[in-house]
Amino acid sequence: MADHLLEVDELQVSFVTEDGVVRAVDGVTFNLDRGEVVAIVGESGSGKSVTAMTLMGLTRGPNARFGGSARLDGTELVTATEDQLQKIRGEEIAMIFQDPISSLSPVHRIGDQIVEQIRTHEKVSKAAALDRAVQLMERVGIPRAAERAKAYPHEFSGGMRQRAMIAMALSLSPSVLIADEPTTALDVTIQAQILEEVRQLSRESDSGVIFVTHDLGVVADIADRVVVMYSGRVVEQGTLSEIFYDPQHPYTWGLLGSVTRMDREPPHRLPAIPGTPPSLVNAPSGCHFRPRCPHKFDKCGEVPPLESHLPDAADHLDRCWLDVAEKRKRREVEDGRIGLGTGTVAA
Amino acid sequence: MSTDAPKTEAKATGDGKAPLLEAEHVQLYFPIKQGVLIDRTVGHVHAVDDVSLHLNEGETMGVVGESGCGKSTLARCFVRLLEPTDGAIRYRGKDITHLNRKQLDPMRREVQLVFQDPVSSLNPRKRVGQIIGTPLRLHGMEGKKVEARVRDLLGRVGLNPEHINRFPHEFSGGQRQRIGIARALAMEPQLIVLDEPVSALDVSIQAQVVNLLDDLQDDLGLSYVFIAHDLSVVRHVSDQIAVMYLGKLMELSPARELYEKPLHPYTEALLEAIPIPDPEENARRERNVLSGEPPNPINPPSGCRFHTRCPHATEICSAVEPPLAEYATGHVAACHHPRNVTAAEVSAATRSPLSPLSAGEEMPSANGTSTRPSGPSAPSAEGAASAPRAEGEGTSSATATRESDDGGQSA
Repeated sequence: MADHLLEVDELQVSFVTEDGVVRAVDGVTFNLDRGEVVAIVGESGSGKSVTAMTLMGLTRGPNARFGGSARLDGTELVTATEDQLQKIRGEEIAMIFQDPISSLSPVHRIGDQIVEQIRTHEKVSKAAALDRAVQLMERVGIPRAAERAKAYPHEFSGGMRQRAMIAMALSLSPSVLIADEPTTALDVTIQAQILEEVRQLSRESDSGVIFVTHDLGVVADIADRVVVMYSGRVVEQGTLSEIFYDPQHPYTWGLLGSVTRMDREPPHRLPAIPGTPPSLVNAPSGCHFRPRCPHKFDKCGEVPPLESHLPDAADHLDRCWLDVAEKRKRREVEDGRIGLGTGTVAA
Repeated sequence: MSTDAPKTEAKATGDGKAPLLEAEHVQLYFPIKQGVLIDRTVGHVHAVDDVSLHLNEGETMGVVGESGCGKSTLARCFVRLLEPTDGAIRYRGKDITHLNRKQLDPMRREVQLVFQDPVSSLNPRKRVGQIIGTPLRLHGMEGKKVEARVRDLLGRVGLNPEHINRFPHEFSGGQRQRIGIARALAMEPQLIVLDEPVSALDVSIQAQVVNLLDDLQDDLGLSYVFIAHDLSVVRHVSDQIAVMYLGKLMELSPARELYEKPLHPYTEALLEAIPIPDPEENARRERNVLSGEPPNPINPPSGCRFHTRCPHATEICSAVEPPLAEYATGHVAACHHPRNVTAAEVSAATRSPLSPLSAGEEMPSANGTSTRPSGPSAPSAEGAASAPRAEGEGTSSATATRESDDGGQSA
């Protein structure tokens, strides 16, 4: 088991607030290997960003409580000291955020910001660091990099800023790159460019990429494996094709059903998942998806374990009490589209 | 550009009624001021540049484009939050382009706006009842009747009428957007301009809100202008879709046709840029990633504004602004080298009256750069590459290599 680059095991993060304890992450388990892109998919409030930030030690605070473990090459991240984390951030794990304008300093030149990161971790001269910064900027597709390194973030467009963020994240050749919705704020044409960039980087370098997103189209485009989160828990994980062609959790069905497909005749009504995600303070007992699930039955009052149910895919895990054969019968399959189904199939 | 230019023919709705909303050569340039004591205008942001559209009653017009293409500015012109610098906007045949506040009053009731961000568009210190009730009170409704109407509206948009005394922060994003819709519905409008109403919502919630809008349209006979930044959501709601780029109308088409047969290379690029949530299909698909970024709207490129990023651009594209050519009823595109059309369709195309006034006379022709209206696919001197293009899909594997001024290459 210890041969994975990153092993996250039953990770739990909760925050004590005035309204009660928010269980933001409540049992997240997944592995990441070198050269692999793992997508974490979920709606807002599913805990996908908190998971990503916890790996970087960014969720620590007086009101935060942690459980479980996350090991990077054997180093425990959850209990690591600040000094250890300082070294890990940037060098071992780097992060690209959703909003590049608020993650770059507005009063420092782009090149200088990359240089600062390099010089914090390595003893190199300013000139050498700047050379490297320019090379990195060229590598991620910023034209006239030497000149643009002297520019401030506000002089960059959204797409270029995101490229600058990627250049910065790559500056110390980290083994894990976490991209937290890096394309959500961008136009589709720019998104396509950035995805192309990330894909290329994961192919060229030997690092693992954790790609956090809510967009299943982007997942289909970039991921090798997919982790589906709902209300703080991993509800299902598997390879890209397993998740898209043989999904085992009703939430995944609903998610797949509600995305629009450009290559298909649109349905008369968009299939939606009824209801809204539960509050993380007062999450329902048992399966969190139970209140919205048309297939629920009495067993769902207990929390289903994250287990393998598919005999021929031991790495495909899901949290659902339904029998595999029953699930294949119930989910709605039509013209390449898997939907939530209505639960009317006789049990 | 003057308003007394030849009147664009109103698209007959069958019964010959005038369209609900007409935009005729609408132009909005924002001045850029400089100087301390004397404000000198040093340039203009060409936000909306000569756009003509019609919206018929009960229909939905989707307006799509990247950020900065002028779609939101156009929407704000429609509701007259902004005054166009040229052109005309008519609501029910009445020119509202330069009316003052008071004159606009009757039209304001009928045209409402729903905003993108459901957090910042609702006053956090007011209760839902007050937020939705304000337009009612402003227009003279009083006392108990307001509350009854607000409860009715809350039920209408799928919220619990008991929540009338809650504050916006007690609702989720999707529910807040429903509040915004309820507020827009309060005045029983005819037209609702939706400025990216679902962009900030999760997919499963997006579907709920889109379905709600659909139901409301069926029940109340509403017309929508639906602004979106990509082509995925508008497909479900629109009867017509307008694609904008850098202030100009690039393509206008009945919704279905746009997806089956995009004529403008920009529309095609927008469609190709959207990843399909199906790994195998996605891998099979040929995609040309559009390089570069939209140029600066202060100094837009000459000719066709898209030519700096267009993989099919030739000399004529930078020299002459293409007119909007009509290929099939209601399907117009401004391109010298339209895609997915046969030579016969190209030669049969007519110049649309929606064309910008500054557009050139040259109609697209089957062999690319020639201005002759006829021309079966005989390859011309420079048009060697353009002949097969006119045959339809062809082999469009040429990856975009042109770079805009600030563009990056996705090599």
